[in-house]
Amino acid sequence: MSTHTLSVLVENKPGVLARVAALFSRRGFNIDSLAVGETEHPGVSRITIVVDVEAGSLEQVTKQLNKLIHVLKIVELEAGSSVQRELLLVKVRADAATRGQVIAAAELFKARSVDVTPDTVTFEVTGNSDKIEAFLEVLEPFGIKELVQSGTVALGRGAKSMASLSRYVSPNS
Amino acid sequence: MSTPVKAPKPGPQAAKAQPVRPKAPKPAPPIGASSAAPVLTGAQAVVRALEELEVEAVFGIPGGAILPAYDPLLDSEKVRHVLVRHEQGAGHAAQGYALATGKVGVCMATSGPGATNLVTPLADAHMDSVPIVAITGQVASSAIGTDAFQEADICGITMPITKHSYLVTDAEDIPRVLAEAFYVAASGRPGPVLVDIPKDILNAQAPFVWPPKMDLPGYRPTTQPHGKQIREAAALIAEARKPVLYVGGGVVKSGAHAELLALAELTGAPVVTTLMARGAFPDSHPQHLGMPGMHGTVPAVHALQKSDLLVALGARFDDRVTGKLSTFAPEAKIVHVDIDPAEIGKNREADVPIVGDCKAAISAMIEAYEDGGKERLKTWWETLDDLRDRYPLGYTDIDDGLLTPQWVIQRLGELAPDDTIWTAGVGQHQMWASQFVKYEKPGTFLNSGGLGTMGFAVPAAMGAKLGRIDRTVWAIDGDGCFQMTNQELATCAIEGIPIKVAVINNGNLGMVRQWQTLFYEKRYSQTNLSTHHSEASPRIPDFVKLAEALGCVGLRAETADEVDEIIKQANAINDRPVVVDFTVGPDAMVWPMVPAGVSNDEILYARDVRPNFDDEGEI
Repeated sequence: MSTHTLSVLVENKPGVLARVAALFSRRGFNIDSLAVGETEHPGVSRITIVVDVEAGSLEQVTKQLNKLIHVLKIVELEAGSSVQRELLLVKVRADAATRGQVIAAAELFKARSVDVTPDTVTFEVTGNSDKIEAFLEVLEPFGIKELVQSGTVALGRGAKSMASLSRYVSPNS
Repeated sequence: MSTPVKAPKPGPQAAKAQPVRPKAPKPAPPIGASSAAPVLTGAQAVVRALEELEVEAVFGIPGGAILPAYDPLLDSEKVRHVLVRHEQGAGHAAQGYALATGKVGVCMATSGPGATNLVTPLADAHMDSVPIVAITGQVASSAIGTDAFQEADICGITMPITKHSYLVTDAEDIPRVLAEAFYVAASGRPGPVLVDIPKDILNAQAPFVWPPKMDLPGYRPTTQPHGKQIREAAALIAEARKPVLYVGGGVVKSGAHAELLALAELTGAPVVTTLMARGAFPDSHPQHLGMPGMHGTVPAVHALQKSDLLVALGARFDDRVTGKLSTFAPEAKIVHVDIDPAEIGKNREADVPIVGDCKAAISAMIEAYEDGGKERLKTWWETLDDLRDRYPLGYTDIDDGLLTPQWVIQRLGELAPDDTIWTAGVGQHQMWASQFVKYEKPGTFLNSGGLGTMGFAVPAAMGAKLGRIDRTVWAIDGDGCFQMTNQELATCAIEGIPIKVAVINNGNLGMVRQWQTLFYEKRYSQTNLSTHHSEASPRIPDFVKLAEALGCVGLRAETADEVDEIIKQANAINDRPVVVDFTVGPDAMVWPMVPAGVSNDEILYARDVRPNFDDEGEI
């Protein structure tokens, strides 16, 4: 088993996320993370899915996804040739005694403090999953009160784009 | 007995000899003068679109949400509506129609329970790649999500069992959605498409533009195979010493039977036809080894097991064919041709994957094939011929004073007119129908393979007969299956669709009983249906009386000497449906058999009889 990041361009139609998610569950594939949003063209959305599967199963996932009528294109983004980012918001215990240490730790990870109370600081940090994990490990001793993480979003490196969306979009839509 | 009320309308396709790959409407540019388009209600647009799509029959039942569509349907001179008695019947009839004609079958139902009753046929069509379009009414847009009366999220419910589905949100979209639905259903790997239309959309007005512009940017089925892979496949076939052409339903769907025959004769390779492909290759052909799989012939099963090259053509390595997958055909290289890329490598890794339409792929293979001489296949054929001699399909009579089911089915096959279309339910009778009726042409055996839907036979026969009114259509059914969907005989009688039904009545859920005999120490839990006459109880129901109550001719055969006469009598009746109750023994079993979950090497020719394979020592 290994982690793979799939970037899936889909038509922005009602129910498309349900179709994609349902396909994973009914074929027995696990989604590690999922992020969806519009692209430069409002008719097309990009779903970034991180799956933990064997290579053979990944091929099945891709082929089954391709069968969905609303799926336009699928690309696997390798870690080395793509930029992969998650967003983390984390609320950490930080009183007068520890605040200095907490903020110093956050600075190492280029985290921004976005909310402060006398007892807590909330940080915003982006990075790949290793960085997020490392940051959380550092914060752990101070006491994490709560956190929320986004799914991974990713783009291929280099000048090329995944697809020219214009070929998928009819002129009147 | 009633007489038919309405004469059947033979469709334009009725005289066509063979099912062909369904033709889908081509994407067309929008009509320039859309201002000139007539303004129709959504309901009128549905009916107009069906007319434009050359739909000759819709099977359905009206109800609250779909009601607006039924009003213009009353006036349509092109689209015939067949009022079924249960929506499941509508769905299977649409399947039977599609399988018999090669066109898209259409069924219609109202929201909620009407739509959910279509779930089984949609799942069946999805498993067996049958092109049907289901049109369902939905509660008004404003009521969706409120648990309104007869509301069900049918798009959500059927998402895993449809090729695609639509919830129409604008009346203007109806022509495009229906054109797309038909195109998606019929093209690529065929399958069911659901179109759900809220009642307010059916009542709304919008311009009707035809032909509409289809908008399917993500749908591009690959039909033309890759030349390099074709050449590799042809080279492998030319070298193989133990090749087998493993033929599945895709060959029938793509109308590739002529190409298959040519490839088989060119290469000299043995052919096996799966349950979905019976008839794709003539049973009478000397290279045909029969059906593979759980109840396949000994030579077919053995050929796959020992092969050095399987050429899978529109087949999907289903577990009923492979048995325990890890021990299936261990020595074989695999050439896998399928129009659905996701089938290739799904169950068995392919050495040469070929994505494309079977017809195109087989033609290309024929062209690329350079014959290395048939001499290399001599030993292979000697082995297989020997198995054919020693282990032919057969059965033994059981001395219980009741008819032998296999023999009844064999006689049905032998006495039927040429080109008879057969349907079957699911269970023992289905396997015997596959084994003991001889199929020479594709599209002559319609049954539920993947889903295994009991009750398929009668409504599918109704749809097939309506599409091919010139052909005799026999439904071979079991007493269990028959009791699930026989109400459609009323439809057949009233609508003038004279099908014939052979109820292979063993008084039991026969296949389940067979497993109880073999694997549950003859503890017969809940398999006796009491459809036989006994001292303890009369026949419940009496199928002859039931047939008559449904406006059909009811016949019964209980002894061997009356079987032929009664079959001939049934064959001679063409003005109304006929039901024949064949009272057969409950102890007959389907053989050969590979028990579930074990290797195909463990095939049993009959109970406790393991074939003696000469190469046993090599295993």
